[in-house]
Amino acid sequence: MTAQTSKGGRAWIFGDDVDTDVLAPGLYMKGSMEELAAHCLETVDPAFASGARAGDVVVAGSNFGIGSSREQAAQVLTILGIKAVVAKSFGGIFYRNALNFGLLAVVSSADVTVGPDDRVVVDGEAGKISNLTTGDSWDCEPVPPHLLEMISAGGLVPWLERRLAQTNPGKETGIK
Amino acid sequence: MAGRTLAEKIIAKAAGQASVTAGEIVTCRVDLAMMHDSGGPRRVAPILERLGAKVWDTDRVVVVTDHYVPAVDAESARILDTTRKWVAANGVSNFHDMQGICHVVLQENGHLSPGMFVVGGDSHSPSGGAVGCFMFGVGATDMAGVLVTGETWIRVPGTIKINWTGELADGISAKDMMLAACARLGMGGGDYQVVEYAGDTISALPMPERLTLCNMAAELGAQTGIIAADEKTADYVRAAGGDPGDYASWQGDDDADYLAVHEFKATELTPQVAAPHSPANSSGVENHTGQNIHQAYIGACTGAKLEDLKMAARVLEGRTVASNVRLLIAPASTRTTAEAAADGTLATLTAAGAILMPSGCGACAGYGAGVLSENETCIASTARNFKGRMGPVNSNVYLASPYTVAAAAVAGHIADPRKYLAGDGE
Ligand code: SF4
Repeated sequence: MTAQTSKGGRAWIFGDDVDTDVLAPGLYMKGSMEELAAHCLETVDPAFASGARAGDVVVAGSNFGIGSSREQAAQVLTILGIKAVVAKSFGGIFYRNALNFGLLAVVSSADVTVGPDDRVVVDGEAGKISNLTTGDSWDCEPVPPHLLEMISAGGLVPWLERRLAQTNPGKETGIK
Repeated sequence: MAGRTLAEKIIAKAAGQASVTAGEIVTCRVDLAMMHDSGGPRRVAPILERLGAKVWDTDRVVVVTDHYVPAVDAESARILDTTRKWVAANGVSNFHDMQGICHVVLQENGHLSPGMFVVGGDSHSPSGGAVGCFMFGVGATDMAGVLVTGETWIRVPGTIKINWTGELADGISAKDMMLAACARLGMGGGDYQVVEYAGDTISALPMPERLTLCNMAAELGAQTGIIAADEKTADYVRAAGGDPGDYASWQGDDDADYLAVHEFKATELTPQVAAPHSPANSSGVENHTGQNIHQAYIGACTGAKLEDLKMAARVLEGRTVASNVRLLIAPASTRTTAEAAADGTLATLTAAGAILMPSGCGACAGYGAGVLSENETCIASTARNFKGRMGPVNSNVYLASPYTVAAAAVAGHIADPRKYLAGDGE
């Protein structure tokens, strides 16, 4: 199974320093994940949470996901169907959480120019971002195959679930 | 090819590669995983259960209870009970139950040695860098992955060097050094990279002070902090029952690429105080002198090791805590308490009127005894003073060294510790 390529989705554009409080507002942290997702990024783009569709891509500037270590900041994006986030740089903990929750996060130093209605594809394996609407493409840092496998499985826990089922069918043991 | 940083060398070894480059993503074997009662078993057990998986190597897991000890209510008692039962059920032999704060207990018991690749379920896990480990903090999902596979992936960080040169004046400590660094570089200055401390000031520091430096790399927003091992490190590890191994080989190359090098002069450093609500809000004590306080707290992994208690004792010797202030002291570990009892430090503290508390995180994270009331102000030797961390959102915490906290306790308001040290006969 390969999911290193997002199938192409609408681009949602954000600037620099989108923090974890904007992604997963503290005010809604006590509610369900779905409720939290419904408020994701609402202070910067009120249309985002309701408008995002499966396969869509977030294109942002520097420091995407800076702030706290809350895993929910990455999780809400996957709940909304976001397939990939392209940014100039990421908050380090957010970057870990994103991949661990099956969200393809790629770093690109290029000026990725997309319009709000453009269709975008991110190929994590090749390290390429393509604007299908304009035909432009840019390089991004590739993601190694085993991590792409984890991302395509839906994240670390589902990936381990699959790996354990293959390695030790029916046995309760760690992978040695 | 440019040389390698210390962090790159440790990561390469853990990844089983000849070398790694900053920005590259690699999978590493984990030498040790540390969890505490708050973020540990109660959070990872449900994930392991879902996976039907067991711990990959019970000898490579250390569990510490420190955040909720001793239990203050039914909930904290339940959290501790969950931790103990999980440890027993999973056959984890390295269990330090109520023996002190995880970052201190880990080093005191010789669990860490130079060159190790270690993960910890706590944001101050960079503390491990004091003995030349690459140790960083992870969340519950990451930790569960480590517990099942013994591995974790990492995007190799770059290294920012912080050079300290010159001799620290009397009354100045590692806490002052870090508050000054937070003020200059800001809380994002570490950029989730590695902060490596070097220079003759660092070489002269005792190991517990180095722990404070690496611990507070978290306050700079770094992934971790690290100090290359030297003979002091090796002696410390041996005395703690560990094996320093080939410690001298764990050094960065002279021609390694650093993202930035920041120079600090120890001789110019004065006692620092961080005003609410950020460690980056630091400046010289003279800017805060006279500030009223209700409580002085000497506690936490950064501020209540034996060295810290001795600093406080030098200020408190022959003096008494002001009547308008309460001074709470929670030694960082039970071993610290025992050593401070044996060498007379505790007697000095209690004679001055300090209230002795159990070892643990206590009031630092606002979970344990010693929290503040509405609108109260505390000066603490802890690492963080975020809004509401030690009590209600309208309570205030100033951060400072144990010297400065003790001086404030005696004066009844924030005061310069140096005037109390001048005549202490040392
Ligand atoms: S003492 Fe404070 S900083 Fe240290 S581990 Fe405990 S809560 Fe964290």
